[in-house]
Amino acid sequence: MSASPLLNVSNLSKYFGGVKAVNAFSFKLMEGELLGFIGPNGSGKTTVVNLITGFVKPSGGEVIYRGQDITGWAPYKIVRLGIARTFQMVRPFYQLPAFKNMIIPLYSPRVKRMAGGKYGDRDAIALDLLEEVGFERDSFVAYKIASVLPQGYLKRLELAKGIALQPDLLILDELFSGLSLAEVASIVPIIEKLRYGGMTIIMIEHRLKELFRIADRVIVLNFGEKIADGLSKEVMESAEVKKAYLGSEED
Amino acid sequence: MKKRKERIDRGIKVRSEDIFALCSWREMLYLSSPRLLPIVGLLVLSFVLSLYWQKVLLSVSVIALLAISWDLLAQSGMVSLGQALFFGMGAYLAAIMNHYWGWSPFLTMPMATILGGLFCTVLLLPVLRLRGIYFAMVTLILPIMLVRVIEATRIFGGTEGISGLTPLPSRWFELYIIIVALLAAFFGFRRLMGSDFGLVLKGINDNDRSVMNAGINIYWFKAQALFIAGSVGAFAGAFMTHVYMFVGMPVFALDYSILPIAAAIVGGTGTFAGAMFGAFLLVPLSEILRGLGGLRIVFYGLFLVVFIVALPEGIFHYIQRKYHQFERWVEVEK
Ligand SMILES: Nc1ncnc2c1ncn2[C@@H]1O[C@H](COP(=O)(O)OP(=O)(O)OP(=O)(O)O)[C@@H](O)[C@H]1O
Ligand SMILES: [Mg+2]
Repeated sequence: MSASPLLNVSNLSKYFGGVKAVNAFSFKLMEGELLGFIGPNGSGKTTVVNLITGFVKPSGGEVIYRGQDITGWAPYKIVRLGIARTFQMVRPFYQLPAFKNMIIPLYSPRVKRMAGGKYGDRDAIALDLLEEVGFERDSFVAYKIASVLPQGYLKRLELAKGIALQPDLLILDELFSGLSLAEVASIVPIIEKLRYGGMTIIMIEHRLKELFRIADRVIVLNFGEKIADGLSKEVMESAEVKKAYLGSEED
Repeated sequence: MKKRKERIDRGIKVRSEDIFALCSWREMLYLSSPRLLPIVGLLVLSFVLSLYWQKVLLSVSVIALLAISWDLLAQSGMVSLGQALFFGMGAYLAAIMNHYWGWSPFLTMPMATILGGLFCTVLLLPVLRLRGIYFAMVTLILPIMLVRVIEATRIFGGTEGISGLTPLPSRWFELYIIIVALLAAFFGFRRLMGSDFGLVLKGINDNDRSVMNAGINIYWFKAQALFIAGSVGAFAGAFMTHVYMFVGMPVFALDYSILPIAAAIVGGTGTFAGAMFGAFLLVPLSEILRGLGGLRIVFYGLFLVVFIVALPEGIFHYIQRKYHQFERWVEVEK
């Protein structure tokens, strides 16, 4: 049993009009893996996430999660199976305090099921989760309304909303973008802790250095196609990846 | 002597620390009077008004119910241009149960409330996926369509309507049942939107993808909000049917869609209090303007424009702000 993948994506495609955003994309993800997705801007990384999580319906191909075909399912059903994702563009509820932003994921039927059929004290759980991602407990920052929070905290909030769902697979879409080196350095241990707690994680990143330090494996996308898949170091040696990232002579 | 303007936020101390409120009568009064005002105000009104204005109070309350129902939908991300659908549905259901089956108003009103909410929800279920103007258009069209169906098929009295329905026991009974219903809906809605369930509804309005992403079926939540809002509107319709002892095609008229929206916009959206306040302003205003004959609509429209331009946040938000925060002139020592 242990040999069967947690997620098996095969021949996934998405065409927006004439644009092949994702084209015949396949990969397998094993339980407990931390997989990185990299690729130049517009290479289709976010679209792959949208296809897996049901926000976009594929033009072709299939997504199998724990042996179950979830292709084209509604997003809320996919979340209930245990796949959570964060958005590249954070969009919190700006007029609400940070901890009240956590109420909506904590209202999820998945949270109820994981807690054995009843919701706990949502406000208390929200504060605990926020502390876990770096909202200092005694600094009142968790009580501030989201519109005054700096980008770093908004990203942490986004991560906390994902963790609140107690997912088996967590997909982080450019969690680090727009953050300082110090902020990234403080979030990395949180992700590593999740991962050692048994969570399977996909990280989409432009911050290659930080990603390579924690990822087991990296997939490189270019123009919606997979051009490399392997250990972090090997991938960057590939001629095709160098060409995609650095450009080539003929262009 | 020099003077300087000082701005005081009265509410902050009381609002932030509940414990403070218990320390002084003034602060307790400060906190509770906004809640007591509608209750006491409505009860007093019912006593002091003349028969004519008591009747106006009935229409005011009905429009207020439709306006807070509209506000509930708006806060849940659904813009309704068809409150008349809820009103008319409740009105016809109550009339049918009373006329054809001989049920008493005490049975038709609750049944029409629940079934009306249910039918409206089912009718709108297929378009719950539509957002913004697309959803609004469908709600606008449905009551117009239902009128034409009644006209063309001549069911339920056709263009004549159904008359001779059972009246409610007394004028006082009419007054108090609608006042109690309005207060119950008002405080109920406020409590609902303050709960975590309400937070999810507001979340859907704000960013539905983010709510979906929490594993929450937003259509199920929207349907529940629609049922609650629809039921309240249907109650208003059922009530009016028994007051008029008549039902006819005018219950689907555009007035019942537009007036509640005007009330909510003029009063201020998102609080229910604003919507209610707006109804208490606009409906009597329209009565007062009756003397103007043909120019009535012109003046009425002018009033609306002035209010909206002068206080785009809504009158209620303005009053609320002034209540919590006041400015005064203080002497400056030299
Ligand atoms: N909803 C859409 N409609 C039309 N085209 C789209 C849509 N979403 C994405 N695309 C196109 O698909 C391609 C892939 O976009 P995608 O957002 O997946 O890239 P990405 O790898 O996430 O880029 P970035 O690193 O900038 O986030 C782009 O060319 C984009 O313009
Ligand atoms: Mg992207």
